[in-house]
Amino acid sequence: MRITLKLYATISQHLPAGSVKNTVEIDVDDDASLHDIIDKYNVPRELAHLVLINGVFVCDADRDQGGLLKQDDVLAIWPPVAGG
Amino acid sequence: MSWTRKLLRVNLTAGTVTEEALNMNWANDYLGQRGLATRYLVEEMDPAADALSPENKLIMATGPLTGTSASTGGRYSVICKSPLTNAIACSNSGGFFGAELKFAGWDMVIFEGKAASPMYLSIENDKATLLPANDLWGKSVWEADKIMRTKHQDPQARIACVGRSAEEGCLYAAVVNDLHRAAGRSGVGTVMASKNLKAVIVRGTLGLGGIHDPKAFAETTKAGKAVLAENAVTGQGLPAYGTQVLMNVINEVGALPTRNMREVQFEGAANVSAEAMAEPRKSDGKPNLTTNGACYSCTIACGRISTVDRTHFSVKDKPEYWINSGGLEYEAAWALGPDTGVDDIDALTYVNFLCNEDGLDPISFGSTVAAAMELFETGAISTAQTDGVELKFGSAEALCWAAEVTAKGEGFGKDLGLGSKRLCEKYGQPQFSMTVKGQEFPAYDPRGIQGIGLAYATSNRGACHLRGYTIASEILGIPEKTDPLESAGKAGLVKAFQDATAAVDSAGLCVFTTFAWGMDDIAPQVDAACEGNWSTEKMMEVGERIWNLEREFNAKAGITGADDTLPDRLLSLPANVGPAAGKVNELDKMLPEYYSARGWNADGSVSAETHQKFGLPG
Repeated sequence: MRITLKLYATISQHLPAGSVKNTVEIDVDDDASLHDIIDKYNVPRELAHLVLINGVFVCDADRDQGGLLKQDDVLAIWPPVAGG
Repeated sequence: MSWTRKLLRVNLTAGTVTEEALNMNWANDYLGQRGLATRYLVEEMDPAADALSPENKLIMATGPLTGTSASTGGRYSVICKSPLTNAIACSNSGGFFGAELKFAGWDMVIFEGKAASPMYLSIENDKATLLPANDLWGKSVWEADKIMRTKHQDPQARIACVGRSAEEGCLYAAVVNDLHRAAGRSGVGTVMASKNLKAVIVRGTLGLGGIHDPKAFAETTKAGKAVLAENAVTGQGLPAYGTQVLMNVINEVGALPTRNMREVQFEGAANVSAEAMAEPRKSDGKPNLTTNGACYSCTIACGRISTVDRTHFSVKDKPEYWINSGGLEYEAAWALGPDTGVDDIDALTYVNFLCNEDGLDPISFGSTVAAAMELFETGAISTAQTDGVELKFGSAEALCWAAEVTAKGEGFGKDLGLGSKRLCEKYGQPQFSMTVKGQEFPAYDPRGIQGIGLAYATSNRGACHLRGYTIASEILGIPEKTDPLESAGKAGLVKAFQDATAAVDSAGLCVFTTFAWGMDDIAPQVDAACEGNWSTEKMMEVGERIWNLEREFNAKAGITGADDTLPDRLLSLPANVGPAAGKVNELDKMLPEYYSARGWNADGSVSAETHQKFGLPG
C-alpha cells in the first residue's frame, strides 16, 4: 500500500530522492510495522522520537506492531525537538 | 554573583536616583527577578491603579544566577502592571543587558513616577544618571541605540530601549535590548514610555563576585552544561533549527491556529518552517537563516540570525533592511504567518525586523492583525479604515503595511495598537478576539492540546505559553508524554509547569533549559550560588508562592475566576480537521480540579489557608 512519509529536522537527511518539503510517497507492505519503515530508511531508532500517524502519537512499545497503517496514511517522524 | 544586595531606585517625577539595600528576607522567599520584583510591586503600588499612570512602577530585575557562568544565566525581566491586561506583567528577556546590569552591581532598578520630559538612564557601575532624551524621542529602537552609542562612546555598553510604538501608546509595546532581544509581552514597553523613559544604557565592570560556594558552583554549573550538551533537544535540535522546528510538528498534530484560530492546520506551514529557513533561495542561493546565536552564557544557542531576500517587495527599495538581524522564532512566525494566512517567509522576516526595530510584541501584533483581517472579511471594517489596503487573510502586502503603520502609530496602526480585544470591541465584534484577560494567544490551539487551554485560561499575565509550557509533555514527550487530546490529569500538569517556571524565571535562567534540566539539576546551581538552603523542594515552594502572589495582585486589580476562561470559539466551535476534529477545549472539566490542586476557593480566589501557608503579604 501507499503511504506518505515525512522526516523532519536532523533526520531529514534519510529521506529518499524525490522528496519535496520533507515529504515523499512510499510503498510499504500491508503488515509493515513502524520500526520496519524506520529501519528501512536508516533512521536510528533512538532518533525516531516523535512518531505520528495522521498526527496521532505512537508510543515506542507499539512500533513493532503490524497493521497500524492503512492506505494513504501519513507517517511523520521527528528526532527529539522542542521550542517555545 | 548571586545577589549584589543592592537596588537602584529611580524617581522620574523628582529626577532622583538612590541606592537601597535589597530586602534579603524577601529574597529568601521569592529568590529574585520575577518573584522578588513582584514582591516589591505588591508592596509599593496599588494594583488597582491605572497602568499608564505615574502610580504604576516598572522594575527591571535580574536573578541570582544572572551574570554568572551558569548556562543561560543572562536573563532579566521587566515587571509592572500591564496596560493590555490590567494584570501583573512580567516579561523576560535574554541578550546581554541583564548580565551587564549585574556587572554594574545592581540586582534591580525600580522606576517610579513620570518624568516631565523624555529621559534615559545611564548606569556605569555605581554611577547612575538621568539624562535628557529629547533627541531620542520619536526614534526607533535601532536609531536611538545608534545615537546613544555615539554619545557614550563605549562599544561594550548594553542598551534596553522602547520604540515609536510604545511612545504612540500601542498597548503591546516591548522593551527591546541588544537590538533584537525583547521583554516582549503585555505592554511593558508601553508603561516605560508612559513614564517618559526612553532607554537604559548600562556598563558594568565590577565582574563576578559573591558566589556563596565557588567550588560547588563550578562543579554544578559544569555538570549542568554537560546535561544540556548531551541532550538531543538542547544539544542538537535547538541550535540547529531553533524553536521554529515546531511549525511542522504543531501543524501535523492539528493544533496550529490558522486565520484567527478558525482552523487548526495551515496549508502553507512548510513554507514558513525551520526547514524552509534553511533552504537556499532562488535569487542569491542563500538561505533565510544565516546562523544561530546565543545570549549571555548560553550553551544552547537557539537564536536565529536571518536576512530578507533583497529582491523581495518589502525591502527591494530599502537597503537599510539588507542586514543580518534577529530572525523568526516559532511564536513570531506563527502569529505573523499561519494566524494571518500568510506563507511568505520573507514578508514574515521583514515584519519580524520591524517588530524588533520599533518594539512590537510579534505575538500580539500578528494576532491583532488576524482579528482585523476577520473584521475586514466580515465587513465590520473596510478600506475606509485601512487607507485603501485590502486587509485580507493571506496578503503579505497587507501584513507588511500593517506592521509599518503600527510601528509608527500612524492611521489604522493606532487601531491595531489597541490589541485584539479592544479592536474587536471598537468595531462591535468582540467574539473575534482570541485573547485571555486581554492578551493574545500564542501558537498552540487548545482544542488539539487540552492542557495548554487550561494554562492559557489561568495564566497570571493573560494568554501565554511561557507560564506553563505543557506542550513539552503533551506534544514533545518531555519529561514524559501525555495525550494532548485528553483533559483528565492536566490540572496537576499545568500547576507543576506553572510553579517550576516561576522558580526558573526567578533564578535568572532561561526556561528552555528545562527541556533537559529538571529542578534537581537547577536547585544545586542556585544552592551553590546563594546563601540559604535551595533544595528542589524549596525551589518548587518558592515557585508556588510566586504564583499565588501574582494571583493576589490580579485579584486586587479586579481580576477574578470569571476571567479564567477562553474565547467562545475554542469552547464551542470544534476543530475542523486533524486528530482533534470535532473537539473543543474541555476547560469546564479541568478548571475545578485546578483550583482544588492550588488550594483555592471554588470561585478561583486564593483561600485563607493557602495565603497563610505561603506567608503572602496583606
